[in-house]
Amino acid sequence: MCLGIPGRITAITDPGRLMAMAEVSGVRREVNVACIAGNHLDDLVGQWALIHVGFAMSLIDEDEAEKTLQALKDLGEAQETLEQMALGQEALQ
Amino acid sequence: MKFASEFRDPVAARALLTAIAQKADQIGATRAKPVHIMEICGGHTHSIFRYGLDKLIHEGVDFIHGPGCPVCVLPMARVDECVEIAEQPGVIFTTFGDAMRVPGHRKSLMQAKSAGADIRMVYSPLDALELARRNPDRQVVFFGLGFETTTPSTALSIQQAAREGLTNFSVFCNHITVPEPIKALLDDPDMMLDGFIGPGHVSMVIGTHPYDFIARDYGKPLVVAGFEPTDLLQSVLMVLTQIAEGRAAVENQYARVVPEHGNPVSLAAIADVYERRPSFEWRGLGEIDASGLRIRAKYAAFDAEEKFGIGYAAASRNVPEIEGCACGSVMTGKMKPTQCLQFGKGCTPDMPLGALMVSSEGACAAYWQYAGARIAAE
Repeated sequence: MCLGIPGRITAITDPGRLMAMAEVSGVRREVNVACIAGNHLDDLVGQWALIHVGFAMSLIDEDEAEKTLQALKDLGEAQETLEQMALGQEALQ
Repeated sequence: MKFASEFRDPVAARALLTAIAQKADQIGATRAKPVHIMEICGGHTHSIFRYGLDKLIHEGVDFIHGPGCPVCVLPMARVDECVEIAEQPGVIFTTFGDAMRVPGHRKSLMQAKSAGADIRMVYSPLDALELARRNPDRQVVFFGLGFETTTPSTALSIQQAAREGLTNFSVFCNHITVPEPIKALLDDPDMMLDGFIGPGHVSMVIGTHPYDFIARDYGKPLVVAGFEPTDLLQSVLMVLTQIAEGRAAVENQYARVVPEHGNPVSLAAIADVYERRPSFEWRGLGEIDASGLRIRAKYAAFDAEEKFGIGYAAASRNVPEIEGCACGSVMTGKMKPTQCLQFGKGCTPDMPLGALMVSSEGACAAYWQYAGARIAAE
């Protein structure tokens, strides 16, 4: 539950609510970027972040993102997180 | 285990294992008289077993699996309360999937869902917020569970709900904190811990200073660690180095993600929304002072405990755990999972008796998943 998953911020979707689109292992998911926002929201686009239960918690570099993702795959956590994201979408129906 | 194929950086891992062995020999750690190092975080427990670090490492280093798995330390009474809230008319109860199979006295959330309660697994409290927006005639409750890593997510969600004026969203807050149970473990006269591997992502939120008392007041080293195998090995080496040098300090092996002072936005949101309860009950550890959070009065409209009159404040304190379940002894390091009479018999991942068998971060589930063949051979 505490591991989080790396994702790349691809667009700011709602500046008022500090929401952005992130790509996580090929899956697109809207995330909250309050914890990493700083002063210039647009600067986040293209950056990697550690995403935890829908919240981007820490900026990380691409190399760290790659290593973390591989470690998560080894632990079976990456797949589990992606499944949980899908369940989250289902739950809204 | 094929060492080279399991590790992305086998050369670094081998070098670290050699350095650990030298340091362990230097301080006289043996199989009969090992150094006890507690990894606090359940993610670390999972990683240790996944890579077999407990077997690869010098026999004088003994990993004790700490209380850092949120569903593992959840008393059955809290699950009962979740079920009770979920069964209220008009409620949509939302939760992380991890909590679904934790046994309650009457039933688990999974069983309650099968029996007709509207319980939905979500990835994020943001999903629960969206459900509330889409279902104005229903009460959407999110089960706020977890340590400081997840606490900011519910705090920020409550703040967002308040800004939007949502009246049908609430959080059933059962958030807990890491430093307080560590203090309780250190105050236990039976506990023989020599050092700690500190949690990585909790520390990303709170920074490294909340652990200072462990080194200062108890003279024990703590090293905050990442969860890759080489991160863990390097952290063990750092702990052993401190012991060999007669030092006790808080060190940060995971500085690439963990800032010394944590994440200021997260900390501000937590402080705004939550306050400490006088004490909170932990499965296996009992009541621990100031170890749980509750929602501040100014956000009472988003507090499921207030809304439904169900929860910790209203509960009886004397709800027994299931007979024969030794989760408490395992969690405090007094017993290995395999020493529990129920392990693999009355308690398996498919039919868990205790919470440590439920989550992949639980010590018993990790033993079962990765060490099954090993245990059978022993």
